[in-house]
Amino acid sequence: MTASESTGRVLVVGASMAGLRAAEQLRAAGWTGAITLVGDEPHMPYNRPPLSKEVLAGKAPFASLAFRPRPAVADAAWLLGRRAVTARLPERTVVLDDGTSLSYDGLVVATGMRPRRLTCPGPLPGRHTVRTLDDAQGLREALTRPGARVVVVGAGFIGCEVAATAVALGVREVTVVDPLPLPMTGPLGPLLGRALLRRHEARGVRFALGTGVAGFTGDDRVTGVELSDGRVLAADVVVESVGSVANTEWLDGNGLDLTDGVRTDALLRAGGRPEAVAVGDVARFPNARYDGVPRRVEHWSIPGDTAKQAARTLVAHLHGTGEEPAPFAPLPTFWSDQHDFRLQSFGAPSYGADDVRVLDGTTDGDGDLVVGYHRDGLLVGVVALGGPGAASAAARHRPALLARPAVTA
Amino acid sequence: MKVVVDMNKCQDHGQCVFASPDVFSLDADGRLLYVPDPDDALRDEVEEAADVCPLQAIRIED
Ligand SMILES: Cc1cc2nc3c(=O)[nH]c(=O)nc-3n(C[C@H](O)[C@H](O)[C@H](O)COP(=O)(O)OP(=O)(O)OC[C@H]3O[C@@H](n4cnc5c(N)ncnc54)[C@H](O)[C@@H]3O)c2cc1C
Repeated sequence: MTASESTGRVLVVGASMAGLRAAEQLRAAGWTGAITLVGDEPHMPYNRPPLSKEVLAGKAPFASLAFRPRPAVADAAWLLGRRAVTARLPERTVVLDDGTSLSYDGLVVATGMRPRRLTCPGPLPGRHTVRTLDDAQGLREALTRPGARVVVVGAGFIGCEVAATAVALGVREVTVVDPLPLPMTGPLGPLLGRALLRRHEARGVRFALGTGVAGFTGDDRVTGVELSDGRVLAADVVVESVGSVANTEWLDGNGLDLTDGVRTDALLRAGGRPEAVAVGDVARFPNARYDGVPRRVEHWSIPGDTAKQAARTLVAHLHGTGEEPAPFAPLPTFWSDQHDFRLQSFGAPSYGADDVRVLDGTTDGDGDLVVGYHRDGLLVGVVALGGPGAASAAARHRPALLARPAVTA
Repeated sequence: MKVVVDMNKCQDHGQCVFASPDVFSLDADGRLLYVPDPDDALRDEVEEAADVCPLQAIRIED
């Protein structure tokens, strides 16, 4: 069958960035048949990174967040505000929360993540998470109430971004709590963690590190956070940014490996099924550029990369061309805006965490700093901290990052 | 192929430089420079650059 004769239907579950990119890449790969997207948010796909930054700061209206879909997907059908509740992969059907049963020839899983919640005792009102537009708008209202005192639980990227935005909004007390001894140290290691701690403290963020949260005080609203070391921090706004959980319950009972996302093979097929692929944050895929071990990567660049590979896999199957694409070996990239500085990451820093070297700049002071992460002596990740100059410095290391030969797993 | 970057939106992230170094670069101050009429053979990587722009500031016109 030629590309112009595609018949049948591809169903995309999850209508955010990865779902949209998958639809676009299906067209780019020659699929001319029907495409239906189902998403439980009421909005067309929008960009999440500004939620913890510009949206929280009141600087980005919704219109500026919406993605501009490529013209090739103008005829796709969007079922928004509808949630997939069960799937029967052998029969190729998905059932939605309103009872509708949709059959498909190809399935794209793009249901992403939701925030993990703390389970310790205490009242719920006053506690926020930041994943959706509605979350960010609710938190903005709370942060802009006069006299708000904020405790952010979790010193990862989103927690540190929220703390920085809260300081910029004029919140008088902003404290970040984390059981680890330094911020963002999981993905970036202690060298950058120390530099980041210093820069945050210099701009007014307080930290309670090396301690967890035991519970929340207050009767019907949060009034404080009890730490595991016995201290109590007064707070009327709490932000929980303690990681995320994959939205895969609707796929239960199909024999898939759903431990931490949907495990896929190197072509992004789920459970070895050629007609079901996974994309974006929810996909746990092997990256042949590194060690080929399946991992989820919650970076903004991954929806686009996985969509391209998954669409080729799916269209080759649906068209019966059986073409085997090259092994999937994306170069992950990530950025994070905090206060007046930006972090930019290229490659896989955590994969080279045992051999970290300063490539440009120094760790003292506030200037631009570029750090390299190595494995077996080869550069596997570069992180730049600072202004635009740091990004150009990082770009100089691109050839070395890409030179690492992709392994065939 | 014509490439248009909305320089009011651009915040010099440099993600496009990683995706398509033949078309996009950063000068010594970290400001974006680009080739507005690249060869059609580069379409794949320019599309990639447009996709990875955090500000969605890159447009491709035919
Ligand atoms: C606050 C915040 C800030 C971020 N900042 C950065 C940053 O600065 N830099 C960076 O590189 N990355 C950042 N990221 C990460 C980046 O936004 C994600 O990697 C990206 O959004 C993943 O897209 P996705 O489509 O895979 O998943 P998601 O965006 O989670 O989309 C999944 C969609 O599926 C829907 N869904 C779930 N279950 C169902 C169901 N059963 N039926 C129907 N629909 C369903 C969800 O509601 C959602 O709309 C940030 C993320 C957040 C939340």
